[in-house]
Amino acid sequence: MKWSYASQRKEYGRALVELGKSRKDVVVLDADLSSSTRTADFAKEFPEHFFNCGIAEQNMMGVAAGLAASGKVVFASTFAVFATGRCWDQIRQSIAYPNLNVKICATHAGITVGGDGASHQTGEDVALMRTLPNFTVGVPADAIETYKMTKAFAEWRGPCYMRMGRVDFPNVTEWEDPFQIGKGSILREGEDVTLMGCGIMVSRCLEAAELLEKRNVSAKVVNMSAIKPLDEALVEDAVRSTGCIVTAEEHNVLSGLGSAVATFLVEHQPVPLRRVGLMDTFGESGEGEELMRKYGLTAERIVEAAEEVMRRR
Amino acid sequence: MRFLEESSLGILAFPGSLNGNVPKGLNWYPYYSPLLAFEVLRLTAYPDDVIAELERRANLIRRHIIRMTRAAGSGHPGGSLSSADILSALFFKVMRHRPTDPNWEDRDRFVLSKGHAAPAYYAALAESGYFPVEELLTLRKLGSRLQGHPSKGKLPGVEMSTGSLGQGLSVANGMALAAKLDRKSYRIYCLCGDGEMQSGQIWEAAMLGAHYELDNLTAFLDRNKLQIDGPTEKVMSLEPLADKWRAFGWNVIEIDGHNMREILDACDKAKEVRNKPTMILAHTVKGKGVSFMENALSFHGKAPNDEEMRKALRELGEKI
Repeated sequence: MKWSYASQRKEYGRALVELGKSRKDVVVLDADLSSSTRTADFAKEFPEHFFNCGIAEQNMMGVAAGLAASGKVVFASTFAVFATGRCWDQIRQSIAYPNLNVKICATHAGITVGGDGASHQTGEDVALMRTLPNFTVGVPADAIETYKMTKAFAEWRGPCYMRMGRVDFPNVTEWEDPFQIGKGSILREGEDVTLMGCGIMVSRCLEAAELLEKRNVSAKVVNMSAIKPLDEALVEDAVRSTGCIVTAEEHNVLSGLGSAVATFLVEHQPVPLRRVGLMDTFGESGEGEELMRKYGLTAERIVEAAEEVMRRR
Repeated sequence: MRFLEESSLGILAFPGSLNGNVPKGLNWYPYYSPLLAFEVLRLTAYPDDVIAELERRANLIRRHIIRMTRAAGSGHPGGSLSSADILSALFFKVMRHRPTDPNWEDRDRFVLSKGHAAPAYYAALAESGYFPVEELLTLRKLGSRLQGHPSKGKLPGVEMSTGSLGQGLSVANGMALAAKLDRKSYRIYCLCGDGEMQSGQIWEAAMLGAHYELDNLTAFLDRNKLQIDGPTEKVMSLEPLADKWRAFGWNVIEIDGHNMREILDACDKAKEVRNKPTMILAHTVKGKGVSFMENALSFHGKAPNDEEMRKALRELGEKI
């Protein structure tokens, strides 16, 4: 499969600059990583509306809350591991509880961060954010969807979390595709098994579908960028037609996309399910692709899981 | 309510309350200041009747605190009583706000960082006219708008959900930045406890406030010197607190947090400072106003029983 690759961070930065042009109420915060998160693009164009909070994420979340309480739409960015775990209580108490208009847009999520190692990788951010009441959580599949989600967040009332990667992601969606918060999309139709991914794993699901096609298995591929609220109707539809499902995420299988889907299905429409993701482990230093292989975040692993759930169907 | 608008230079006289003990290190104090006459003028800027009325209202807040915590069977009377004078000054004199229009755009904002002083806060809000005073007795009860700690959106006048200590000053920073951004003249007031000075986030916030020169932010430090496990200096020493804030780039004013003239004067001074946020370090007494609650650790987070309530209300001047 030939992919064109693009940077989620770059599209995030571009969307922010466009928001800055069209809206006066947008404020952007960062914690000394603005060149990495690409909020620097916004800072350059709109220095008055940008505040660097230094290496002080807890304070940054409080500042975001204060700005939002004063009518601003606040985008707060840093690496995913610091944006969530390091200041989870601040996010809970000062943003989620008062239900404020803060958009936490984190980059460098997952293990594709690579060489920096486990201290800078994260497999818990989605779990932490989706358990907070009032929060909306999205994991865009590629750069195109990142741009659309950023724009959509600005219109959405309430706290949001968006997860981006460091490396360039394969483009799996098109600019013309519609995008709506809380809605996933079907990228490929199929009858035998549903492959449902988020983030970079959507492209792995598409690869897996091609591998399965060679074995005469027709796989439906779903891009589930809507983690919370979960697009339950789409999950239900997909498993009704295929009867089994594999989820794939660059996140701990505990409490990420797979858990959300599993919980919903067990209560509504139990079908055989397997979760592909980080198996409750920290990552390590290495190249992004090497790490993906080592930790089983591959199309081959998805194929194995698909064959297993089809047998159990 | 007419007195709220009045302000004039009073007669030149030492307020009686200045004749007591002068805390060590308060070298700005009028007795020692080379600007003695100026200071005295300032401290008499408010007529006696204004001061008396604010003191009366602080006392009213204290009585509400006692009744509310008794009715709830729990809550934090100690740290509420210590901040009653500050809240009275802020809500009935210093702050521009419209209780009948809580979301008035140009209102001054108040963040209660020490969220456990909610009873004092709610009493000040109710007496201001944000909601009926009778509702105070629903504190902590199921279905009440008066949550154990302030919850934004539930109760008119509450600007931010607080209670997890160490977070309020960051929020106040954000509000102050927003005011600057919008070129609005409203001010942000924040009341911090001394125990929460042990939280690292406070110092992150201190840095940001100074860095962005938030001179529209006035914070109070209710320095009552006691926290749940004992004296702050035993649990985790904080001193020298004033020096710490100065070192972080703040304008620091030390006052007796139970002296109404000093509270008002400090707020006025804070308004005149440019390019720096102000920390008003208010020396207070935990449980102030009720003899058996003063400096009593047990009343940090314990409500009075019926007998204690009656005794406390008598001491606070209520005829029962």
